Amino acid sequence: MTTANVSVEPAPARGLSSAVRDRLQQLLAFASLIVIAGFFSIASSSFFSYSNITSILFSTVVIGTLALGTTFVIITGGIDLSIGTGMALCAVMSGVFIVNLDLPVGLGVLAAILFGGLIGLVNGFNVAIMKIPPFIATLAMMLVAQGLALVISHSAPIYFTDDPSYVKISTGNLIPGVDFPNAVLVLLVAVVVSAILLSKTILGRYTYSIGSNEEATALSGINVRTWKIVIYTLAGLFIGLAGVMISARLGSAQPATGMGYELQAIAAVVIGGTSLAGGKGSIVGTLIGALIISVLNNGLQIMSIPQEWQNVILGIVILVAVYADMIRKKEA
Amino acid sequence: MTDYLLEVEGVSKGFPGVQALDDMHLNLRHHEVLALVGENGAGKSTLMKLLTGIYEPDAGRFRLNGSPLAVSGPKEALETGISVIHQEFNLMPHLTVAQNIFIGREPRSGGFLLSERALNQRATALVERLGLPLKVTQLVGNLTVAKQQMVEIAKALSYDAKVLIMDEPTAALNDAEVQTLHDLIRRFTRPDTGVIYISHRMDELKQISDRVTVIRDGQYVETLDTATTTMKEVISLMVGRTITGEAEPEGVRDDREVILSVEGLSTKELLTDVSFDLHHGEILGFAGLMGAGRTEVARALVGADKVDSGVVRLRGKEVKLRHPADAAKHRIGYLSEDRKQLGLLLQQDVSANIALTSLSERFTRLGFVDIKAVRAKAQETVRALGIKTPSVRQTTKFLSGGNQQKVVIAKWLVKNCDILIFDEPTRGIDVGAKEEIYALLNDLAQQGKSIIMISSELPEVLRMAHRILVMTEGRVSGILSQSEATQENVMHYATLRPDESVEDAVELGLLPEAALAGGSSESSPGSSEGEVGQR
Repeated sequence: MTTANVSVEPAPARGLSSAVRDRLQQLLAFASLIVIAGFFSIASSSFFSYSNITSILFSTVVIGTLALGTTFVIITGGIDLSIGTGMALCAVMSGVFIVNLDLPVGLGVLAAILFGGLIGLVNGFNVAIMKIPPFIATLAMMLVAQGLALVISHSAPIYFTDDPSYVKISTGNLIPGVDFPNAVLVLLVAVVVSAILLSKTILGRYTYSIGSNEEATALSGINVRTWKIVIYTLAGLFIGLAGVMISARLGSAQPATGMGYELQAIAAVVIGGTSLAGGKGSIVGTLIGALIISVLNNGLQIMSIPQEWQNVILGIVILVAVYADMIRKKEA
Repeated sequence: MTDYLLEVEGVSKGFPGVQALDDMHLNLRHHEVLALVGENGAGKSTLMKLLTGIYEPDAGRFRLNGSPLAVSGPKEALETGISVIHQEFNLMPHLTVAQNIFIGREPRSGGFLLSERALNQRATALVERLGLPLKVTQLVGNLTVAKQQMVEIAKALSYDAKVLIMDEPTAALNDAEVQTLHDLIRRFTRPDTGVIYISHRMDELKQISDRVTVIRDGQYVETLDTATTTMKEVISLMVGRTITGEAEPEGVRDDREVILSVEGLSTKELLTDVSFDLHHGEILGFAGLMGAGRTEVARALVGADKVDSGVVRLRGKEVKLRHPADAAKHRIGYLSEDRKQLGLLLQQDVSANIALTSLSERFTRLGFVDIKAVRAKAQETVRALGIKTPSVRQTTKFLSGGNQQKVVIAKWLVKNCDILIFDEPTRGIDVGAKEEIYALLNDLAQQGKSIIMISSELPEVLRMAHRILVMTEGRVSGILSQSEATQENVMHYATLRPDESVEDAVELGLLPEAALAGGSSESSPGSSEGEVGQR
């Protein structure tokens, strides 16, 4: 019967090896990043300079941090719309802890990050236990967070004027003698931590597993509900971190900001090759996605293209990225 | 050691409106394969869910090796030694073979971190011990259905299973793969283990099982020794009535006019120079191994897939079918293999499904859907086809598999299709419902519809088709008339591969019938035919 068995095998894919094909979207994203950056370096001499590149990295921090946590959620097949306004709420809470309650900066930062975790925990509870579809559950949380941020801050920014060390979290230079903002270091640490979580731990394995086939994961004896809560809470911790980073950068907690960040973060995740259908995605991809958005914004600004057009171009980039992914899937 | 490995004693389970199991009994001996048969809805899946702790029984109990068995969920069931392979695969397509096998039990280095190397080593050791041709680092989503099945088995056996329960394990396998599976099962059964084998394929039960337990409507009917029982007996116990056995194709004639003629159909992916004629009122069977390209021919024909070259003539006139909508306009209906995903709107009611394809031409007034006309027509069709549903407003997903299939057929009948392509029309349907689908197909052919029937079940093709087109590796390797169509002949052509006997294949590809009648025996690929022939 071996002969018949062999004939059942599909013909081996021509050309690309399967490992390369699986990584193709990432490679594509990386190649686009290089092409876009190359284009801007030719179009503008000031683009490819140390100060501009640090400034691109610096502007990637907030979107990047949000996108990291969202990557986990999206790989499970979920979505988190509350990250933008949730971030604003965490910024406000950071202000409340540090300015109003006069906690030490370190403690206040920790509390703000944990508060983000609380937002994620509630999202996770609603999604996993109450079985509310993630889109609805986090849409509701988006509104709740936006409202709470305004209520708690009395619709006024909270300034960290008396805590200069808070601002240092973002703009200070930890590495002596080098002009390299701390915020970028924070982002890099967050990238490394989330990359390890996603690819090397059971948390990551179950994240993929749930997104790939939730029912099968449950039948394999894995407590899908618990893990979903853990994953949304993790995304919440990143919301908290982003809240700290944005308020440290601005030197103030702006309660009315935040709306719109969630879409940019989701865009970064999608450009990076993570499938909204779940089961597939990577941290490296997300980082590249976030960088593409920053490079685009920065380069277009240098070329004095108005903000309005930047959004049009970003929209087109998303379409192209997703379309490229679909073509890849068809070929695979 | 007790008499029985697993005992089910008077187990009952009710759901709102249905008594799924009523005083069920079942005994699995050590070292045996027990076949469990029953029509869809007889209670097999409920029984399995009770055994694995997904549901709790209302009454009765289970015993494993004489001691009471009550597990709280799938994981505990696995750890107690009860492994279930569900009909719908429970695999994560985005994970590798090894990751799937050991999901939930990943080897770790230091608590939270995974040890991928240990994982792959363990998986390789397991796969080698079982003698499965699997590469553990491959993504499961890239595997064939047969290999995914093997992953399921490896996963089930990795938990030192005592009782292995398989639900329709061969539903998507071809005959060769079924043999491999049966070999595995035979190797698994030892003095301390046993298998419960659920299947609709009667011929398989004969091959693999020691005893057959029949259940009907949630109740135990009887247990028989396979060796001394005919399958006809089993079937009549199952459906509670006698079914006429060995049926033959009806209304075979060779003077029918050609209605559809396909010439040189090729696609970039698979198909090479596929040519055939379809006659008026004929049932043309498509046979071949999994992946031979039967479904692909249908999809290319109706324009669902891109065609590289080829000519399609409808009643002598050349037509270009670029999209299934073109095909529907020319009254060619394709009833997909996967009716749940591609053929039905499961969330919609029966009438919406029936009217879907002909909504714009028959049931619309000024752009509004004429809901009354839709319901009336749906009611008429439901009656004509004997679809069992409380009303045409019933949501389709609550119908049984056989009735869902009839809804798909109804949809294309309302469209007044002349040519109907049925892809695996009886997959996942129980024996009783199968008979009804067969009768329906014969009726349709008699009314002058031309039918292409794609099926992986050879006996089904043999009993239904007026002629059989056999495919292998994207080519037509033979077209057999009804008198030539035997299991051996079909399998011969289905396993004919170009790299084994190039001349033979080219010759057969060009002149299949003449070649069969002539001297094909002298150059027939002996090895594969010989092995297949024994079956």
